[in-house]
Amino acid sequence: MNYNWNWHIFFEQNPTGAGTYLDMLVAGLLLTIKTALLAWVIALIFGTIVGILRSLPSKTASWIGFGYVEFFRNMPLLVQLFLWFFVLPELLPRAAGLWMKQLPNAPFWTAAIGVGLFMSARVAVQLAAGIASLPRGQKQAATALGLTTGQGYRYVLLPIAFRIILPPLTSEFLNTIKNTSVAITIGLIELTGQARAMQEFSFQVFEAFTAATVMYLAINIIVVTGMRFLERSLAIPGYIAGK
Amino acid sequence: MKHRQIIGYLLAGALCTTPAMAQELTGTLKNIKDTGAITLGFRDSSIPFSYLDDNQKPIGYAMDICYKIVDAVKKELKLDKLEVKLNPVTSSTRIPLLANGTIDLECGSTTNNAERQKQISYTNTHFLTASRYVTKKAGKINSIDDLKGKSVVSTAGTTNIKQLTEANAARSLNINIIPAKDHAEAFLMVETDRAVAFVMDDILLASLVAGSKAPDDYVLSKDAFSKPEPYGIMLRKDDPAFKKVVDAATAALYTGGEGQKIYDKWFTQKIPPKNLNLNVPISSELKNEFAKPSDSPDPDSYK
Amino acid sequence: MFDNLDFDVIRRSLPYLFLDGMSFTLMLTGLSALGGLVFGTMIALMRLSSYRLMGRIAGLYVDFMRSLPLVLVIFWFYFLVPYIGQWLTGASRPIRVGAFTSSLVTFIMFEAAYFSEIMRAGIQSISKGQPAAASALGLTYSQSMRYIVLPQAFRNMLPVLLTQTIVLFQDTSLVYVLSIPDFLGAASKVAQRDGRLVEMYLFAALVYFVISCVASYGVRRLQARIAIVR
Repeated sequence: MNYNWNWHIFFEQNPTGAGTYLDMLVAGLLLTIKTALLAWVIALIFGTIVGILRSLPSKTASWIGFGYVEFFRNMPLLVQLFLWFFVLPELLPRAAGLWMKQLPNAPFWTAAIGVGLFMSARVAVQLAAGIASLPRGQKQAATALGLTTGQGYRYVLLPIAFRIILPPLTSEFLNTIKNTSVAITIGLIELTGQARAMQEFSFQVFEAFTAATVMYLAINIIVVTGMRFLERSLAIPGYIAGK
Repeated sequence: MKHRQIIGYLLAGALCTTPAMAQELTGTLKNIKDTGAITLGFRDSSIPFSYLDDNQKPIGYAMDICYKIVDAVKKELKLDKLEVKLNPVTSSTRIPLLANGTIDLECGSTTNNAERQKQISYTNTHFLTASRYVTKKAGKINSIDDLKGKSVVSTAGTTNIKQLTEANAARSLNINIIPAKDHAEAFLMVETDRAVAFVMDDILLASLVAGSKAPDDYVLSKDAFSKPEPYGIMLRKDDPAFKKVVDAATAALYTGGEGQKIYDKWFTQKIPPKNLNLNVPISSELKNEFAKPSDSPDPDSYK
Repeated sequence: MFDNLDFDVIRRSLPYLFLDGMSFTLMLTGLSALGGLVFGTMIALMRLSSYRLMGRIAGLYVDFMRSLPLVLVIFWFYFLVPYIGQWLTGASRPIRVGAFTSSLVTFIMFEAAYFSEIMRAGIQSISKGQPAAASALGLTYSQSMRYIVLPQAFRNMLPVLLTQTIVLFQDTSLVYVLSIPDFLGAASKVAQRDGRLVEMYLFAALVYFVISCVASYGVRRLQARIAIVR
């Protein structure tokens, strides 16, 4: 392979004047984590609301939930980010559009919200399936106890449903982290973006990508291990995952 | 015994080669001959060097030069037919794609500098341009210092974004630098007020402004981030046989006056797709370079 | 709100968008799904094989690919495939690989990891009695896989495989980062050339939306039919 390997490149000064190339990648890693966490919070909030809507007996509610999920699931994430970033500000009144475009961290907010909403559709599907998998008796027992629908969800259905769907939620969280990389197309310089910037500045393509790969693997391992502990501590006795 | 064997091989080798093929073909030339094809890398929006016309076909000044090089390669290899394949590249993919053999020549607007020459080679310079920025007149940006704290866009993988990054650090301007995929996208960031300025080679900025919806809204900076730097067509490093053919082809083109003709076609006449005339007559520096073609990365050597 | 928009730009660029862009996208989706399925099935068989080491290697491959963002994988392969070709063929220089082939290899390798998990679930859903009966009939391992297990696994998993293909169809839009003119790439080239981002991106979104909606509706219908047959 006629390629000039140079693993020392990570410790060489980068052109931003602030530290080495490794520092650049670490800054990217932190931004990836920050974006993914915010996106995940958004995904959980909206996903829960829509998931509940889909599980309600009301036709209108489940229809709204269905429409929401279809809207966010049937467009590529990249296209959705373009809609939020390039299209939305142009359709708003001029002043509002300008304000949006000149936000100091416009790519970050757009990425977190865009990825968050995209993932919320998936969370909603998982949650609706989780609620549907509960025995009907749970809901009936809640009603018999005099709980309102809201209380029934709050104290009975959601706590169990969320525990049941914890494993698929783990993989959706991992997807959220991976999906933040799509935001390089709107100028977010997260981990993949920094690896590319390093490639462009230093010409060491494969070193830069190797480092980014290792960092993504590390995040994955940490998240998977952490979630396994969480699953174990939240397991309900009597269910398959429980003891 | 051993020596005799070696001499025998050498003799056999010498007898087998025909005079026309005095040397065994190596590198890119061999590859081109074996596959009967050469791949040119082109750009989306490096007007007028390499860009897409209305039919999404790459055209431009650098493309014309590349087609002349292709003719020379065809002649050198004595091929009846040489297929020309085209592969899109961006500022950030062009060097890795050249190194990994996806493209054989990069026909665009690539700045020739000493740092890049460690990775790839250039043929003779085809243009000289300085790094500046474009802003909207309404933004009232008069100097690089006025960019302090603002959002500024540049194309990822260019020397310009590197110069901007370095200037940002050296002069503590606290600029929010946005990398864009290609020049057209970067210019749109200024047009839609997402960034106040776009840092790029002045000739590319002038072309983008001329082709925009409201050319009078924009102004090019007087301040420059660099001296006028040379543009070259890129080819793989450590391939002297191929470089020799390419250098000879471009040198013949530039010294023979045909280079000037191609230059005039793209810079002083109407060009597609919008029938604009850029009106940039050839500079005296480039004229000198055409008389004495050079692939030097040193801006001062073109004075 | 829509006063200064020019939707005529879409009509003018339709031939380019569909004949070049969409045909690239569909071809890439179709061939990647096919290749991904073949490779994925092989990986699934490796994972389920009685050779520990083979199972471990296949498992590592799947976990590795599924840990990485597709964008990063696309970059890796676009720059690496020619070197892999050089290594495989023993050539003295990197092999020349075009943009389409390179993306195809990327998506096949990436999707194989996802398809293999689906096929693994499909194979595991077949009751143990079936391969046992097959071997009692004197069928070899490969015969029992080919004639008994895989056809059923494939049939049972068809809706999931098709859903994954719809995801793949959407994911191919990411080749945009390499400036390759797939459907979205073509739309963005027109958008940037004419300064018509709003019109072109809205149109691209609509086209992806309609195709994916129709396709997932078809998958739901298919699922209902399969469910009845069983």
